[in-house]
Amino acid sequence: MRKWFSLLLVVVILAAAIPLMGCGSEKEAYKVGAIFAQTGTNSSLGTPEAQTVEMMVQRINDAGGIDGHKLEVIVYDTKSLSDECVILTNRLIDQDGVLAIIGPSSTGESLAIKGIVDAAEVPLVSCAAGAQIVTEAPTKWVFKTPQSDVLAVQEMYKYMKSKGWTQIAILTDSGGYGKGGKAALESEAATYGMNIIAKETFDPAGTDMTAQLTNIKNTGAQAFVCWTTSQGAAVVAKNRADLNMTMPLVCSHGVANTTFITNSGAAANGVVFPAGKLLVADQLDDTDPQKDVLLTYKEDFEEAYPGKTADTFGGHAYDALNMVVEALDEVGADKAKIRDYIESEITDWAGTGGIFNITPTDHMGLTEGCFIMVEVVNGEWTWLKTS
Amino acid sequence: METGQFLQYLVTGVTMGSIYALVGLGFTIIFSVTGIINFAQGEFVMLGGMLSFILFDSFGLPMGLTVVLSIAAAALLGILLYLLGIRSARKASPVSLIVITIGASIFVRGVAAEIWTKDPVRPPYFTGSESLSWAGAYIQPQVLWIIGTALVAMIVLHVFFSYTTLGKALRACAISRQAAGLVGIDARAMALIAFGLAAGLGAIGGVVMAPHTTVSYESGVMLGLKGFVAAAIGGFKSHTTAFFGGLLVGIIEALTVAINWGPFRSEYADAVALIALLVILVIRSRSLSAGERAS
Repeated sequence: MRKWFSLLLVVVILAAAIPLMGCGSEKEAYKVGAIFAQTGTNSSLGTPEAQTVEMMVQRINDAGGIDGHKLEVIVYDTKSLSDECVILTNRLIDQDGVLAIIGPSSTGESLAIKGIVDAAEVPLVSCAAGAQIVTEAPTKWVFKTPQSDVLAVQEMYKYMKSKGWTQIAILTDSGGYGKGGKAALESEAATYGMNIIAKETFDPAGTDMTAQLTNIKNTGAQAFVCWTTSQGAAVVAKNRADLNMTMPLVCSHGVANTTFITNSGAAANGVVFPAGKLLVADQLDDTDPQKDVLLTYKEDFEEAYPGKTADTFGGHAYDALNMVVEALDEVGADKAKIRDYIESEITDWAGTGGIFNITPTDHMGLTEGCFIMVEVVNGEWTWLKTS
Repeated sequence: METGQFLQYLVTGVTMGSIYALVGLGFTIIFSVTGIINFAQGEFVMLGGMLSFILFDSFGLPMGLTVVLSIAAAALLGILLYLLGIRSARKASPVSLIVITIGASIFVRGVAAEIWTKDPVRPPYFTGSESLSWAGAYIQPQVLWIIGTALVAMIVLHVFFSYTTLGKALRACAISRQAAGLVGIDARAMALIAFGLAAGLGAIGGVVMAPHTTVSYESGVMLGLKGFVAAAIGGFKSHTTAFFGGLLVGIIEALTVAINWGPFRSEYADAVALIALLVILVIRSRSLSAGERAS
């Protein structure tokens, strides 16, 4: 009983303190919206993104907010559905009155809301990979932080060429991510002298890919590329081992999280994929301009969420929110000025995804060199240093 | 196509087909006794798989014990679904009851995502991870567990329904609930047993499947649909047909990928199974509605 009473007392004191705290900070909070796929097929992307944002808001406000303004980020779950994403975007703009939006997690969702943010003139920093997000009109109000598929494919093909694998098969998922990857794999093939001799697709939620792999096995390709996120890729890696396949497997950067390794177990060993530098942050040279930001993010995230490992997806949200926060700090609560700031002032800007140089014609601002190749060795990510 | 290659597709088909068969059996058991199509059937597969992972991973129980506990827990949840969802609304029409099962499935998915994890998980293999080679095809030992379990489950069920009093009582309810009541069979107790049995069967499928395919809170949706197709082939009445229907769906899927020509390509594998459902429903619609009138 005394325990309950003291608890009640604490609550009363705290409640009494709230108006006092309100008097202390007269400045209005800066409202930013965030839409992530926290559930559904892209939950392995949206969950770390939302956690990252939550951690950053806590840290920023503990440190006194942005120029004295409290940062308030309204996070919504899109359930990995484009139509849900559209509704939530409208809510953020019309009801919540946010100054900028970060997210969504997937390319499909990002494309679905581009028109809305453009019409409402609200800056959007997407956390999805598809290049078309910032290459197809309208792009004035749209930015993105993840490296595009094409950059991943280039890094992948360079590696495969160095191994002498030019007769290749590709296995892509039938969702937006896989389609984007397939297009990039096809468009870049000729440049790198790759000959795609077989193309297979599968449902991203598929649970057995043995049949598709049997097709690939029989093509006699020198290597095969699997373009999907962790869930599907783990099944592919496992089924590849089940079939005693020796054909090398190259995955996309969509497998750059621990889910892939835990679910494929020993079958993950030997799998190679392009990834942002976060995965090997502690192995980077001290001269690497990204090293500081990568280690800071990794340490902050892992301190806030004990037992979890920071991954590149959360990193995309980290970069996106950092850009917006920096803009808010410099220009204040003005949507157009925030947009202009991101477009003109994010140069030589070290983020977790790479060194950003955003320009009016390039709203991603990343070039070659932001990816490295990683191999899974004994269940650990190992950097395949080239050159 | 070489023999080894063909066998490989066949093994894949039979593996997934065995799981669909177990789900399909769950559908027919509940439908034949109660007249309800239980759309939460796929969720019990998911529950079996998830529970076995959680018990193993978080509580460190030995795999054998987790398997038994997972199946028992899922069966209990099946009974709970009947008691809380179905029996308390027994005056409602069958359609309303079916809607209740859909609601239950959404609820179970949501709770699973919330209390466990949204990521797919994978319990360890029952025995070894080295594939066995057979006539040019490779077979994962877990695949043998899946196929073997489905077969044993089918045989045990057959014996149960043919030779035990309880099994016969369940069948009597399936033939006519009124007549069964007249000879002193408690139809409500039979319905409760049917739900527990179906949920347990689904969980058995989930437990043996999870190490091979991984399992996530959403796994039940597609499995439920495929199992539904399997059960529809047998008109929701015949257990044997539902079993072989499941195998058929699995084999059709695998061969769709194998043909790799025209509409028979890997991206359409799921669609082909569902088109098969449409065809079956059209062909069987008469016998289905006749069955409803009889019961």
